[in-house]
Amino acid sequence: MAAIKLTVNGKTSSVDTEAERPLLEVLREDLGLTGTKYGCGEGQCGACTVLLDNRATLSCLTPVRAAEGRKIVTIEGLAQNGTLHPVQQAFLEEGAVQCGYCTPGIILQTVALVEAHPKPTDAEIVTGLNGNLCRCADYHRIFAAVRRAADAAGKKS
Amino acid sequence: MNRREFVEIAGAGLLIVVTAPLSDAQRRGGDAGPATLESRLHIAEDGTIAILSGKIEEGQGALTELAMAAAEELRVPLDRVRMVIGDTEGTPNDGTTAGSGTTPRTAPVVRKAAAAARELLLAVAARQLGADAARLEVRDGAVQFAGKRYSYADLARSPELAAAYKDALPAGAALTPARDWQLLGKPQARLDTRDLVTGAHRFPSDIVRPGMLYGRVLRPPSYGATLAGVDLSAAQKMPGVTAVRDGEFVACAARTTFAARKALDAISPTAQWNRVAQPSSDDLFAQLKQHANPNGRPSGQERGSVDKALSDAAHKLKATYQVAFVQHAPMEPRAAVAEWQDGRLTVWTGTSNPGSVRQQLAETLHAPLANVRVIVPHFGGGFGGKHSAEAAVEAARLAKEAGRPVAVHWTRAEEFMWAYFRPAALIEVEAGLDSARSLSAWDFTNYNSGGSALDTPYRVPHARVKFIGSDPPLKQGSYRVLAATANNFAREAFTDELAEAAGKDPLEFRLAHLDNERLRNVLAAAAERFGWAERRKKRRFGTGIGLACGTEKNSVVAACCELQVENGVPRLIEVVQAFECGAIYNPANLRAQVEGAIMMGVGPALREEILFKDGKISNGRFASYRVPRFRDLPKLEVILLDRKDLESAGAGETPIIAIAPAIANAVFDATSQRVRTMPIGSLRS
Repeated sequence: MAAIKLTVNGKTSSVDTEAERPLLEVLREDLGLTGTKYGCGEGQCGACTVLLDNRATLSCLTPVRAAEGRKIVTIEGLAQNGTLHPVQQAFLEEGAVQCGYCTPGIILQTVALVEAHPKPTDAEIVTGLNGNLCRCADYHRIFAAVRRAADAAGKKS
Repeated sequence: MNRREFVEIAGAGLLIVVTAPLSDAQRRGGDAGPATLESRLHIAEDGTIAILSGKIEEGQGALTELAMAAAEELRVPLDRVRMVIGDTEGTPNDGTTAGSGTTPRTAPVVRKAAAAARELLLAVAARQLGADAARLEVRDGAVQFAGKRYSYADLARSPELAAAYKDALPAGAALTPARDWQLLGKPQARLDTRDLVTGAHRFPSDIVRPGMLYGRVLRPPSYGATLAGVDLSAAQKMPGVTAVRDGEFVACAARTTFAARKALDAISPTAQWNRVAQPSSDDLFAQLKQHANPNGRPSGQERGSVDKALSDAAHKLKATYQVAFVQHAPMEPRAAVAEWQDGRLTVWTGTSNPGSVRQQLAETLHAPLANVRVIVPHFGGGFGGKHSAEAAVEAARLAKEAGRPVAVHWTRAEEFMWAYFRPAALIEVEAGLDSARSLSAWDFTNYNSGGSALDTPYRVPHARVKFIGSDPPLKQGSYRVLAATANNFAREAFTDELAEAAGKDPLEFRLAHLDNERLRNVLAAAAERFGWAERRKKRRFGTGIGLACGTEKNSVVAACCELQVENGVPRLIEVVQAFECGAIYNPANLRAQVEGAIMMGVGPALREEILFKDGKISNGRFASYRVPRFRDLPKLEVILLDRKDLESAGAGETPIIAIAPAIANAVFDATSQRVRTMPIGSLRS
């Protein structure tokens, strides 16, 4: 066991844990941040995506020690004072959610995508999100939501 | 609805409780027991109207649809309605959430209860005001009379209420006809989306109870293996670990998933297993035929003299179709939390069948049914794959032993191996054309997968359709529209072969044999929007177009698609699908269901196939079992036909049945190779 300092959604706390535990499990079980989901445990579905220093990262494959001292953002950290993040707002407006279990990972992937490509082409959206599975297969709407979020971000920049 | 079915003025802020009998149609499987009265609608002092239903939400939109149904009949804004669903203690038993049943069976029951409440409050107002109830109008959640508003909550508080109960109420409060709907029939965003985009919603695998442990279950190395022995001591020595063996059930619970996994890893090498020989997917279809059980009462029907018509036919065609086992693979694997308190068991789990899960918990844990409660939070997808109780039972057994609440979350590997599968199908079909190149004989047999959408919608004087059960090598169960996909795939792919033999265009050949007006309409709508006739004339090298249609669960669907074959692999370019399910309740959600069904259906059409050998799933990972991804998304257009003159049918399933045969037919158009398997398998390039 080790005391590991984690900065999640702007808040730093110390967690006593085995250093090799997946970040996903520490977020969910020790910090109560259950918005980050387990989907496959091997980086094939993207449900566990979080932002690590602004980069989309698979928390199921990230040992918690590798996240120490870095800026972690989970789905719970996107909305500010009850105001949704523009990407969340785009998903809400497009109704791009069915069961919603993949949604946090896809939203965080989109946040990272729009950050990296402020004006993504359709092909960049497809490539950027191809690692995220949605078994309700709501890809058509999710694509529209990502397009909407990217266009909104593009107007601002 | 009669007077007896309105009960009492309840306490605790509840002014009105409307109870309603479950309709017979809600009871699946021919349960002919007496219809019980169950609490369906509450009006509270603050005017909130609670609608109670035993249906569950897994992303299909049931919650929003039922809220809309109630608000429509109560004439209240949607935000006045609060839904309480999926709790065996608090909500009426509305049966399994399956078979596209919520729209045709549960929504009408909810609407009847809401209409009855509206009529009751109108009667109260009529008494208070000394007016004729027929002259009163309900608008915006209040009775309007002579320029004044009387809210439902005010009326429910009225001393006239008791007297109104005694009044003879109309035998059946009238439901609002579709043409007069104010709320139903218009696009409505789902009510539960905000909590899903913020991560605030607690799925079954997110439920945490005080002092809760995380459990892991020891799985056999292969199907059919039984436990000869295991040494739990290594786990039992670990601090904070509960290790259990009860017959074949071996599991560990600990403070974290990590610790539970370590504990299980410590004991699993000590487990000794007796294995039994298991079949392989290599000879799956031969097995299904060998184990076919024609004496076990095949279902189906026969019209005319099929054998004679076949021997008289000018042209005969015969083909065999194979449909592999596939898995639902919902994003949220099976999950449950169990908590015992004073002999009472509460389980939170993702299931579409809370009543059956409750029953299984009571039986397995030897608890009286009355002491078992199952709560179903909105869960992460099921598609027919979560009718069973495995995780719930495992959590309950561990929690009992540990004396604390326990969560059991299946891993993806467990889900792939131990959940049930959509049945594989072997389908044999033979048909004859007469000298006028019209369909004269039809002989269709499905082995193993089921009888839904078994019959052909095409006009044929001599037809025999059969479903013959088999002894499948894997555990199989429900899946979005079940066998209708396989049956429609075989029929629609074969129909294209017949059209070719008849020298006809696939669309013309179908229309020439179709009497079903609804099916003709969707076929025509899809073909027109797609530009079928023009695109048939303009062929592009390496690309192909195909179409297919079908009907099931009182709805109709047709799809046209274009694809490109590159290195023997088809890639969808465009899909246009038309769908009609009667009067549409919520076009926004319906569109989502249809779009999702098409894309989900692309998987088993192109790639999804469960492979197994030596009692193990060989490709039980998303890396090797390749479900649809963003890259598979074609240009997609959905046309919804709204038939206000028809009863509303469910729509979560049927929109999945047209895409696979449309793809198969387009592959033929592109390559001249007939596709007779799902998935498509390797094409010669």
